[in-house]
Amino acid sequence: MPPRIKIISIFICVILVAYVFELVRRRHLNEEYSMGWLVTGTIMLIFSVFDDLLIWISDLVGATLFTSTLFFFGLLFLVVICLHFSIRISALTNQVRRLTQHVGILYRQKTELESLLGKQPLKEGAANLEKL
Amino acid sequence: MTAASHETLAPPVRSSSPVCYQNTLIVIPAFNEAKNIGTVLDEIHQELPGVPVLVINDGSSDATPRIAEEHGAQVISLPYNSGYGVALQTGFIYASQNNYTVVVQMDGDRQHSSSSIKCLLQEAQQEDVDVVIGSRFLENRIYKTSLARKIGIFIFGKLASILIGQKVTDPTSGFQAIKGDAIKFMASDFYPPDYPDADFIILLHRFGYKIRELPVVMRPNVDNKSMHRGHKTIYYVFKMFLSIIITLLRQKPGRK
Repeated sequence: MPPRIKIISIFICVILVAYVFELVRRRHLNEEYSMGWLVTGTIMLIFSVFDDLLIWISDLVGATLFTSTLFFFGLLFLVVICLHFSIRISALTNQVRRLTQHVGILYRQKTELESLLGKQPLKEGAANLEKL
Repeated sequence: MTAASHETLAPPVRSSSPVCYQNTLIVIPAFNEAKNIGTVLDEIHQELPGVPVLVINDGSSDATPRIAEEHGAQVISLPYNSGYGVALQTGFIYASQNNYTVVVQMDGDRQHSSSSIKCLLQEAQQEDVDVVIGSRFLENRIYKTSLARKIGIFIFGKLASILIGQKVTDPTSGFQAIKGDAIKFMASDFYPPDYPDADFIILLHRFGYKIRELPVVMRPNVDNKSMHRGHKTIYYVFKMFLSIIITLLRQKPGRK
């Protein structure tokens, strides 16, 4: 691997790993999601430092250029992480659906209770929901 | 008790056994139906006085919840528009929380004639039935809808009919009566997130619930503003096939 690209590559990997750490520290990123990025960053770093390893793998998978190996695994990683996100989004959607339904029911029960207690209901009824 | 007074008010509908409306809840999901919801509720009240009606206001921006309340319905308002299936399922959750034994679901756009509710309820009284579907097509009643829609209903209806070994002509019907355990099933996570269709009928059947279809009178959609029918055709076809295949691949569950 040409030394220039090696340095750039190592540099990018170190920045990525450090940035993910910082994000987790600041609670911008949950540990759960940091895993994938950290593992990928570390693997990329290992490949950048020991580029013989990369060439060996290129031979193994039959790639003529080590860059193809990089791109291939890069794409693979993106596919996996996108799938992971789709799964998470589906779960979140279902949770939001449940919440929406229960908020609606609870709000009604709250209004019922208020009228039972003879309390003045919050004005405009459902409009309050939007302010929540 | 109160049921007796209902029976006297109800005109005798070709019935041998009197229909009991105790523990019955009528659920109407409504999104911007201010124009129609009042009429719908009045008609229901005339047909079935004393039967509680629950309107699920699916984040309407117009006066739907206020009008519904003025016309004697209970109203649950969802904080934002969440779609037909979500609104409808809210009704089932509410019904199962409050131990209702029969739920009638219908649309708030005057498409479903309230005179058919009694027929649905009467059919639901039978021993061996859990879900009664009011079909628009069973007796070739006049019902106008787009051609693509008709083809879709026809194909997936046929597919469902073959798979469950029973005639299903209108799997998308929003006019149904659901009884007993089936209400809890509707409130569970098995309920499709967007809207129930032929795939859900197949799922119901696999879970051992008995389905029956009944011809009902439908007015051609007054405003032609359907809630769950405005989806993209290609996505719809894809989703239905996928969903049916996945439903079939799921392990056959034992009935709880």
